[in-house]
Amino acid sequence: MTNTTAMPADLATPKVLPARHSADFTPRYWLFSLPAVLVILGVIVFPWLFTLYMSGHDWKIGGGPEFVGLQNFSELFRDTRFLESMGHTAYFTVLAVVLPIVFGTAAALVFHREFPFRGLLRTIFVMPMMATPVAVALVWTMMFHPQLGVLNYLLSLVGVGPQPWVYAPHTVIPTLILVEVWHWTPLVMLIVLGGLAGLPKEPYESALIDGANSWHMFRHITLPLVWPFIMVAIVIRTIDALKAFDTIFVITQGGPGTASETLNIFLYLQAFQFYKIGYASAVVVIFFVIIIMLSLLLLYARQKSKWNAE
Amino acid sequence: MTDSILKPSRRALLRGAAALGAAGAIGSPMVLREAHAQAAFNWKRFAGTTIDVLLVKNPRSDLMQAAEKEFTELTGIKVSAEQVPEQQQRQKAVIEFASGKPSFDVSGISLHVQKRMAAKGKWFEDLTPFIKDASLTSPDFNFADFGAGPVAYARQSDGSLDTIPFFVDYWMIYYNKELFDAKGVAYPKTMDEIATVAAKLHDPAKGIAGFVSRGLKNANVPVWASLLLGQGIETTSPDGKLLTDTPEAAWAGELYKKLNKETGPAGQVGFNWNECQTTFMQGRAAMWLDGIGFATPLEDPTKSRIVGKVGYGITPPGPKAHHAGMFADGMGISRGSQKKQAAWLYLQFMTSKAQQIAMLKAGAGAPGRASAYLDTETISQSKFGKQYFECLLGSAKVARAALPQIVPVTEFRDVFGVALTNALGGADVAAELKKATETFAPVLVKSEQG
Repeated sequence: MTNTTAMPADLATPKVLPARHSADFTPRYWLFSLPAVLVILGVIVFPWLFTLYMSGHDWKIGGGPEFVGLQNFSELFRDTRFLESMGHTAYFTVLAVVLPIVFGTAAALVFHREFPFRGLLRTIFVMPMMATPVAVALVWTMMFHPQLGVLNYLLSLVGVGPQPWVYAPHTVIPTLILVEVWHWTPLVMLIVLGGLAGLPKEPYESALIDGANSWHMFRHITLPLVWPFIMVAIVIRTIDALKAFDTIFVITQGGPGTASETLNIFLYLQAFQFYKIGYASAVVVIFFVIIIMLSLLLLYARQKSKWNAE
Repeated sequence: MTDSILKPSRRALLRGAAALGAAGAIGSPMVLREAHAQAAFNWKRFAGTTIDVLLVKNPRSDLMQAAEKEFTELTGIKVSAEQVPEQQQRQKAVIEFASGKPSFDVSGISLHVQKRMAAKGKWFEDLTPFIKDASLTSPDFNFADFGAGPVAYARQSDGSLDTIPFFVDYWMIYYNKELFDAKGVAYPKTMDEIATVAAKLHDPAKGIAGFVSRGLKNANVPVWASLLLGQGIETTSPDGKLLTDTPEAAWAGELYKKLNKETGPAGQVGFNWNECQTTFMQGRAAMWLDGIGFATPLEDPTKSRIVGKVGYGITPPGPKAHHAGMFADGMGISRGSQKKQAAWLYLQFMTSKAQQIAMLKAGAGAPGRASAYLDTETISQSKFGKQYFECLLGSAKVARAALPQIVPVTEFRDVFGVALTNALGGADVAAELKKATETFAPVLVKSEQG
């Protein structure tokens, strides 16, 4: 008690701060942080500043850079393909996050229960996650072939006509989402399953005594308690979905036309097909700003879910 | 023993020369001439050098790598070659050449994509002085043997020749003879007839498409450009102006749309050459317009259901002209290389008559040398049959570059590829081509300025 009441007085006078604190900032300790600072400067800060520098230049590989100020940015916002690719990215990201979260959570609830061969089935369920994305994409490409693919063959067995899958503009993104869901639902399942394993039993026992049914228990006990874990899964999935490139590139290369051209594919084309480094750098800068804003939003939501849980 | 090979005595050399002479005496006059030529030319002058080579991953590069041992035995030059998939190889070439110090002495390029880029960036050494230098060029190399079409394609606008055009791809029509015979239909005589023939053979109920070709953005542009040649024009005029919004370009676009939309397989808007090839070799398409270089698996019983039923037809004439779209690969010596002369020996060897015949024999593509097509032994033993070779020779006679010879070829293919895809989706062809032309025109102007 005495210590607690003495605290405000201590805080009001900086000179009584522990000597250890102020010593942390003396120059003789700077040397110890130098390796970390150099690495951060070399691999994060320099590339970033260089990208920012390039975004202000008209620079094609093979030629010299010419300073153009904000022209690349103004051109980008007039470029309908860039704006379309932003729309495709948003569409793809929302579906590639929401669906695996819903299915992964449902799968976690199923695998949380005791039933025969649970371990074996759980292992089989997580197997897609272990596959290499490019290999996965190549296999799915063969399965999507409208005439010779196995998917249309299977549909024909149940009387459903052939589907265009990734070979039509209106079905391409939902079909790519199908691959994402197959590939990444297991990850969400594992994260949520980890959360479910740590839940206390007492709230459920109390709820049963109070006459709650399964839905009530899920809605009012399980979901709030496991929500911080779902938020972690949402953050990971959002980052993954935003940077998705390999699967889309291998399966559609952004087509048909530009129907599945996301920001990453657009960026790849500008940088490595058209060699417009300045223009591509401007895309990176905009993409970075979007990611930072989204990350802050998600981290805030995650923090809030933790506060609520506490 | 090693010493005796590396530093042979005078007696051993005389013995070798005598043996060579004896072998020549029992050989044909041509072999004798070649042997004398080989004996006169010093292949060993750069022995001990190691050269680096950048290749595109394909069967032709496999053949070159297989021949490396023989080349090293002949010249004493070691070869360090790497094969990189096409798209990545193009990126690697651009970046390394732009650096001014490429890590390779020799590189292959796609002339239909990188020719002007190579000239503008001064990637390669002009090979003309090498060809003219008798001390550096083996007499049996005979550059005149390379076809006039491929050489003209490889030659830059300033007259320099910076690559040897060792591979040519002509666009033609593969057709399923069985399907044609079943409906009593003859091979189309004109470009317009392709559509009428395709309509007769189109049978969606049986899963048969009358026609298949690339629909995927970028990949689809050569199809349209090949049809445009039938109007006697390319996508750009000789002075570099875009002809992509002309009535002729719209005609080619309408034909492309009609063929693919009305008689193409479902989902062909997303087809690249590999989907077209699979569809055709599973007997699901009556005709396929593409490069003759894709023929190999069609006659492979482990992959194809139509072995022995494939017809090889020269692209029919259009309303104003008869041309087959031409695409080619070339190999050149990096301007930044310190081993140009050793690299030239490598180029000579890998584009020699023997290597070109080996390419033809393996079905790895159409060689740039004219003499390869006159090798009756190769033709008689080939699994492709007489019609394939007739198509090759016939196409060579009417060959014309299909893609524009400009710097931003990839961007051109991308912009017009989107227009063609939109057209397949139902958009108006002329309007799409006009829009694409307006989008691309400033890019082209800028590329010529920079």
